[in-house]
Amino acid sequence: MNRTLFDRPPGTELAQSDLQCQLPGSDITRVRRRLTMLGLAFAIGFTALSARVIHLSKPDLGSGMAAEAATVAVAPELPAKWRTRSAITDRDGQLLAVDLPTHALSIETRKVRRPDRLAWRLAEALGDTTPARVLERLEKAKGALWLRWRLTPDQVAAVMRVGDPSISLVPTVTRSYPNGRLTAHVVGFMDSERQGRAGLERGVEDRLLDPSNPPVASSINLGVQHAVRAELARAVETFSAIGGAALVMDVTNGEILSMVSLPDFDANLRESLREDAFFNRATYGRYEMGSTFKTFTAAMALEAGKRLSDSYDATDPIRFGRFRIRDHHAKKREMTVAEIFKFSSNIGAAKMAVDVGTENQRKFLGSLGLLERAAIEIPELVAPQLPYRWGELETMTIGFGHGLSVSPLHLATAIGAMVNGGNLIEPTLLKRSLDNPATLRRVISEKTSDSIRKLLRLVVADGTGRSAAAQGYVVGGKTGTAEKAIEKGYARKRLITSFVGVFPMQAPRYVVLAMLDEPQGTKQTYNYMTAGWNAAPTVGRIIRRVAPLLGVAPVDELDPEILRALALPPSADPLAKKARGGRDATL
Amino acid sequence: MIGFGRTDTSTLGRWWWTVDRFTLVAFLLLIALGITLTLAAGPATALRNNLEHFHFVKRQLTYVGPALICLIGLSILSVETIRRYAIALFGLVLLATLSTHVIGHEVNGASRWLRLGPLSVQPSEFLKPTFIIVSAWLMAAGRRDPTLPGVGVSAGLCVTIIAILALQPDIGMSLVIACVWAAQYFVAGMPMLMVGALLALGAGAMFGAYHMFDHVQSRFDRFLDPAAENYQVRRAMEAFEAGGLTGRGPGQGEVKYLLPDGHTDFIFAVAAEEFGAIACILGILLFALIVVRGLFRMRGEGDLFIVLSCTGFLTLFGLQAAVNIGVNLNLLPTKGMTLPFISYGGSSLLALSVSAGCLLALMRRQTPGQARGEARR
Repeated sequence: MNRTLFDRPPGTELAQSDLQCQLPGSDITRVRRRLTMLGLAFAIGFTALSARVIHLSKPDLGSGMAAEAATVAVAPELPAKWRTRSAITDRDGQLLAVDLPTHALSIETRKVRRPDRLAWRLAEALGDTTPARVLERLEKAKGALWLRWRLTPDQVAAVMRVGDPSISLVPTVTRSYPNGRLTAHVVGFMDSERQGRAGLERGVEDRLLDPSNPPVASSINLGVQHAVRAELARAVETFSAIGGAALVMDVTNGEILSMVSLPDFDANLRESLREDAFFNRATYGRYEMGSTFKTFTAAMALEAGKRLSDSYDATDPIRFGRFRIRDHHAKKREMTVAEIFKFSSNIGAAKMAVDVGTENQRKFLGSLGLLERAAIEIPELVAPQLPYRWGELETMTIGFGHGLSVSPLHLATAIGAMVNGGNLIEPTLLKRSLDNPATLRRVISEKTSDSIRKLLRLVVADGTGRSAAAQGYVVGGKTGTAEKAIEKGYARKRLITSFVGVFPMQAPRYVVLAMLDEPQGTKQTYNYMTAGWNAAPTVGRIIRRVAPLLGVAPVDELDPEILRALALPPSADPLAKKARGGRDATL
Repeated sequence: MIGFGRTDTSTLGRWWWTVDRFTLVAFLLLIALGITLTLAAGPATALRNNLEHFHFVKRQLTYVGPALICLIGLSILSVETIRRYAIALFGLVLLATLSTHVIGHEVNGASRWLRLGPLSVQPSEFLKPTFIIVSAWLMAAGRRDPTLPGVGVSAGLCVTIIAILALQPDIGMSLVIACVWAAQYFVAGMPMLMVGALLALGAGAMFGAYHMFDHVQSRFDRFLDPAAENYQVRRAMEAFEAGGLTGRGPGQGEVKYLLPDGHTDFIFAVAAEEFGAIACILGILLFALIVVRGLFRMRGEGDLFIVLSCTGFLTLFGLQAAVNIGVNLNLLPTKGMTLPFISYGGSSLLALSVSAGCLLALMRRQTPGQARGEARR
């Protein structure tokens, strides 16, 4: 016989005791008894398991349990992020964003007996959809279908009346934006996970989530916001612009009373949001602002010791390499600093900037915050685009507002510092309080600020910004028209027009900025597209509407005291009309 | 079936006539059932994890070959060989388990795995079969020669292993090993007083685990508190209800799309929904038959070492199956224990096949042509 694996190798006979342990009789019976006990224990255990399987699979019992659970179940515990999120209000406590209790509608598709019938009744109860659409979702869904995340109380009542066992109404909260579009870019919105995604919802999320906090008061004045949005929307429509932005800022403390960017969105209708509507042109758009920058060039020159009556030769365009700097309203003569500002001379501004020097210009604009990201309490903030190299040519172009792109917020903040006596104040979207004090930083002298006020008033009284005038509110300001930069050079017909206005000029309190993105000419503007024809009148209309809301009383603009306060030295504007009274006739 | 004559004395021929064919077929059936159910639950899990449709099925299938080789190969070995290798391997595996504390990598907060090149090995899986044999050997030796402290040494080893596993932490595995050892000692003749004492100790150990390990505590709390929802268990309950007696039919299950562990710990619920309560009871019956029949068969075995090691293996299978099914049926708190041979998991399938192979080898009629037991002498 061949040896197999079962046979021991020859010569390796093991001692029996090494291998086996035969049991004495008494032990054998005990082991057998114990084995029986163990086997029976397992048999009992497995029988119990089988019984439980039968027990669980009995259908009536299962649904009975579910029904019991359904009546006992109160609101499911909401995760912390769903529970407390403070409201956002305007400066007077009116709600801009608030949590509302609501119900979500969930359908347990496995319990649906007649999907077509349920779909029909649900569609009727909801009132805003069709049976076919509900049916489609019912048939696609596996397990639980979340048909709606928030229902109005009417809808809740109607769905209750449908009374199908597959329906569950789950209490939850929803974020409501009572003012919808009006404060879209200020308040922002949240994603489906209730995380802030834009605006204050994201920017001050920490404060919103702190359960001990009262509602967050923004700096927005809802009345002003309404007027500003209405006028800007009207301008965007009138001039067929692709968009626009407007800001109203208190120059004494940096509070932003109104911030509008068009197109906008209604955060209540998240589903229908258009991607481009999220773009906040007021803070996230970055534009070459054009001639409004001449304000800074003039202030810089005055700070460097120039006087308003000093003059520059603006007879001929400046040639620099292959570039030419020309004037739109060329006077072809020597112009004083005041005249350069009044007639918005590029040649004059360029020469003024070169006079002050590249390094000083960079330092000065930097001190105005124009070279770094603005800081307000929303995430949509853009850093300015600086020129690739900042040489003499760039000094000239930046002198009249080309070559450096900033946001409208940058511009409004810096203009505020020009007119409020010379202090740069950090802007804010939250109401000023002890927790949110204004920080001041002197950037120009009182005297320069005073001169800039006169220059800004001159532009509206007798210059390119005459259409921004608002009788009685002593408006000053500066127009800016810039061609949009495209791949090669500039697009002649695609403009950014802006007007930055200040009122009341004798004691500046508010900056009003309006900007239009690619406005078109109309018959009324004789097809002109420049800022004086669209942005400036928009600011005028805004001021006429918001000044009363802000408690600014109209004054007699011909009051000698006011005239004297805003009068330029005669040498600065030698050709000005002597009779100031004739000015209003020209508006 | 297979053409082996009674007189065939080749290795395979003798194997065929001596092996416990009922248990062998039962194990093969379980493996086949496992593949079938992985086909049901695997694609759903793959879908949820953005994996290829048959990802889990394919991976499981690659382990079936090695598993069968382990099962059959080990069942051919003789009792002495099994015991020698097991005792030698036990030391190695114990060292490897110990080393997971130093060089193991963490999965889900527990460091149980060792990397061997491309393979991840969980050494504690192989600790179970080797420990069962070692402790059976020690107890049997102690019984034969009262001067040897067999029970004491095996108890010491058992405590050591439990300590090592509890540190990983792997409370489930330590409980299993403790229970298996207790069952072995019970059969070997544990004094009834001690049975009571051990029950008390077990309760105390559970109490300790509850207070020492956060995840044990949270699972247990959720089990006791009906208001606290346990998502998986609730879905499993729905699966049983949806399945009814005859099931929704293969592939018609819906709960499997909602159960994160549908292919592992909760595969029983998936099976219940698709194949119904009757099929589930047949499955339970299969496990019960293996265990109970095995234990009763041991009553005719005269060799205490064989009795004790078989008792260990059978307790191991029975306990794992019962605990897993109990969790699925919401009779026990969630335990993270897989259903032997059926749950997805290559390493676990291999380890179970090793255990099953050892069991088959030990259950074989020892001397062909002779009656069992005392006749062998």
